Amino acid sequence: MTPAPATSDVAVAGPIVVFAAASLTESFAQIADAFEAENPGTTVTLSHGGSSALAAGIESGAPVDVYAAANAETMARITGAGLASSPEVFARTELQIAVPAGNPGNVTGLADFADPDRTIALCAPEVPCGSASARVFDIAGITPAPDTLEQDVRSALTKVELGAVDAALVYRTDVLVAGDAVQGIDIAEASEAPAVYSVVALSRAPNSPTASAFTAFVLGGSAQRILAAAGFTPAAGITPAAGITVD
Amino acid sequence: MPADRDGRPSGVPWVLWAPAAIAVAFLALPLVALVSRVPWPDLLEILAAPEIGTSLSLSLVSASLATAASLVLGIPLAWVLARSGAWPVVPRRLLRAIVTVPLVLPPVVGGIALLLLLGRRGALGQYLDSWFDIQLPFTLPAVVIAQAFVAMPFLVLSVEGALRGADRRFEDAASTLGASPWLIFRRITLPLIAPGVAAGAVLCFARALGEFGATITFAGNFPGVTQTMPISAYLALQTNPEAAYVISLVLLIVSIGVLVSLRDRWVSGVSA
Repeated sequence: MTPAPATSDVAVAGPIVVFAAASLTESFAQIADAFEAENPGTTVTLSHGGSSALAAGIESGAPVDVYAAANAETMARITGAGLASSPEVFARTELQIAVPAGNPGNVTGLADFADPDRTIALCAPEVPCGSASARVFDIAGITPAPDTLEQDVRSALTKVELGAVDAALVYRTDVLVAGDAVQGIDIAEASEAPAVYSVVALSRAPNSPTASAFTAFVLGGSAQRILAAAGFTPAAGITPAAGITVD
Repeated sequence: MPADRDGRPSGVPWVLWAPAAIAVAFLALPLVALVSRVPWPDLLEILAAPEIGTSLSLSLVSASLATAASLVLGIPLAWVLARSGAWPVVPRRLLRAIVTVPLVLPPVVGGIALLLLLGRRGALGQYLDSWFDIQLPFTLPAVVIAQAFVAMPFLVLSVEGALRGADRRFEDAASTLGASPWLIFRRITLPLIAPGVAAGAVLCFARALGEFGATITFAGNFPGVTQTMPISAYLALQTNPEAAYVISLVLLIVSIGVLVSLRDRWVSGVSA
């Protein structure tokens, strides 16, 4: 006699749609692959963009199962609107200065962002990397002179990769993704304004069991190893308070 | 049943009426939905917000400049295109493809191409930077360039259609009377095609005003410098949807105004 399959195995199947912050593009591709391998019959469709644009999509009724946001405020928009509850913090990263290979603008620190002669890209204040950048400049007492305010962290990074700007403020993990085209410069103030990522299964999720399984998977060992390899500080290294009271 | 211009009954079968009605609804209802969500009581207050005024005036200025640039460069190009009938097939088709491709190219691709040509590390942009200290991206000229790239074909094709439709005999007569080609172009050809030029300019302006993808890719987004109306509508939707509806309403009114002013002319102008 073969034992009946556990009910959870039966329920976790079929497609889910995951909206995730642009900075999670590569890590979530790997996490989705690992999840599908571990749960045959599931397919994960990823959609990446600025966390705020994704939140706006969810608010206007996009059929989404899981949302992963790059800051607590944007996640609070979704939970505050009653679209989900109890998000879980799963990773953290920090801002870093990104400059094109060879650093043609001779950027050495945050103070160079105030130089009107340098071409600077920042994230728009509406998106998480933009609000984190504003906090960092606030702490450093610097008024930046940006030339463009990009819609998400990846478009800011692209402007650096193409050499269109002398510097941008992006996440350390994005600098790693860009490889040799981009160099990173650490900033002391970054640790005071981290990007804290949280994930939640949406209450209107079309495929609720698989959504919950995916959320749990993101917090589990193999996903956390993928995130650590991509340069994120995994959830294990984060005190729960850090995810909620960042300001 | 309504009768058409020749007095024949139009005789459209019911099988065609139903899908045609669905198509009209499909095209019109999203705009009705937009108008119905506009917060009318707060309309003036939202419009008076400095950011909206800034991006509206920036849009009007940049679209006007893009239209002016398209007129100066596009009318001669339309003239060359209209006179290319005697050329060999390959260069003639190549020229036509170059003129038409921005109409079908995704604007973001146009923006990337502009960045690779005119960006600071671009094929041309690196010399503009090192020789003349000119950096185009993230400036008003970059907005104008992005808009002109996308909008100029509307003007060129409209003017070309007018040139092809114009009666060449007036030019021939002037020529036999000893007028120079430049005089003929200014005093005969240009007045003949004036309606086509006007229609093309209005379409070009409307397209430039609505440009989003190439602008945000090549010119970036900064309030007061490169943040045009469509970009501020897109950003507002993420944080202040009501403002996004109001900006969209303004752009919709401008677009409808443009088309009403063109009446039937734009169809023949563009498809010619």
